[in-house]
Amino acid sequence: MTSASDPVLWAAFVAAAVGSYLVRSSFLVLFRRVDEVPARVERALELVPAAALAALVLPSLVAPEGSLALLTPKVAAGGVAAAVAWRTESMAWTLAAGMGTLWLLLAL
Amino acid sequence: MTSTARSAFVDGARAVLPALPANVPFGLVVGVAAANLGLHPVTALWSAGLLFAGAAQLAMIELLARDAPVVVAVLTAIVVNLRYAMYSAGLAPYVRSVSRRWRLVLSFFLLDVTYALSVPAFRADETPDRRAYYLGLAVPLWLTWTLSVTAGASLGTELPPAWHLEFAIPLLFLALLVPNVRDRGGVVAAAVGGVGAVAGLGMPFDLGLVVAALAGVGVGLLADPEGSDEPDGAEPDADGMEPDDDPTEAEP
Repeated sequence: MTSASDPVLWAAFVAAAVGSYLVRSSFLVLFRRVDEVPARVERALELVPAAALAALVLPSLVAPEGSLALLTPKVAAGGVAAAVAWRTESMAWTLAAGMGTLWLLLAL
Repeated sequence: MTSTARSAFVDGARAVLPALPANVPFGLVVGVAAANLGLHPVTALWSAGLLFAGAAQLAMIELLARDAPVVVAVLTAIVVNLRYAMYSAGLAPYVRSVSRRWRLVLSFFLLDVTYALSVPAFRADETPDRRAYYLGLAVPLWLTWTLSVTAGASLGTELPPAWHLEFAIPLLFLALLVPNVRDRGGVVAAAVGGVGAVAGLGMPFDLGLVVAALAGVGVGLLADPEGSDEPDGAEPDADGMEPDDDPTEAEP
């Protein structure tokens, strides 16, 4: 649950959608000269998914409650899921391996 | 709709079909997370349809759930979506013949899957009607996504906590992350972003994620400015989810 009221949450989703739309339309509509995207900028954008997604993943694996906890079923399950993701690049298999490992470890 | 357009749309729909199933569990997880945040399924429906970006919406919901400032949640979503600027630049040369008004529409649906499936098809000049083909990719994906999120939001809080479904969220991010760490810059960016986010957990206003992600990009850029396209890590791009290495290289 959150303490923010519904209208505030709605405004947040609309603002995020508008911001994302501007990013999406940037080169398709807003900027005229696509050819002049500096290589540096393009490379920086290329690195955004790796950096942003890792920043989302790691804290929920090693510090799900806000403080560092390394020897936990979640860290182990995350490790197994990472290996499966590396091998298969499949969302479904990654999900199955991670959840399966977590359930197994919690049941033991 | 002309018959050319109709068949191009169908071709697009056929091409996106194998990519649809993976979006169902992803959408369900986002929907469940939305329900646990206290959102009504109708809110989940329109916000998913409007934002059309799973990782960004999930990141927003996670932050809102721990009472981060709303502005930070919005900022985080936009940072997570900055990669779409790269897709926008990559797709633009192939849709110059499409009217500006329609490019406004195409922009709305731009994300990993539509980019990864449209650009190779356009480059190979496989379709006579690019606008219709692109929409054929986009519309089924959008419907699958929006309906899955709504279904998850309707099931929502009924699911027993003992199932630990909240753990599906980092697992999905992990599945999205892995294809992006195939070169040195990606590895460095991910390492700095991940460790930085853990170190920044106590940062005021929950800005840790945004700061860590931007730091990851910066350090990754220093470590590997060219984006070495060495063949050592090159694997056959089986599922087509991975963006092309240099989308601006070849023009139609």
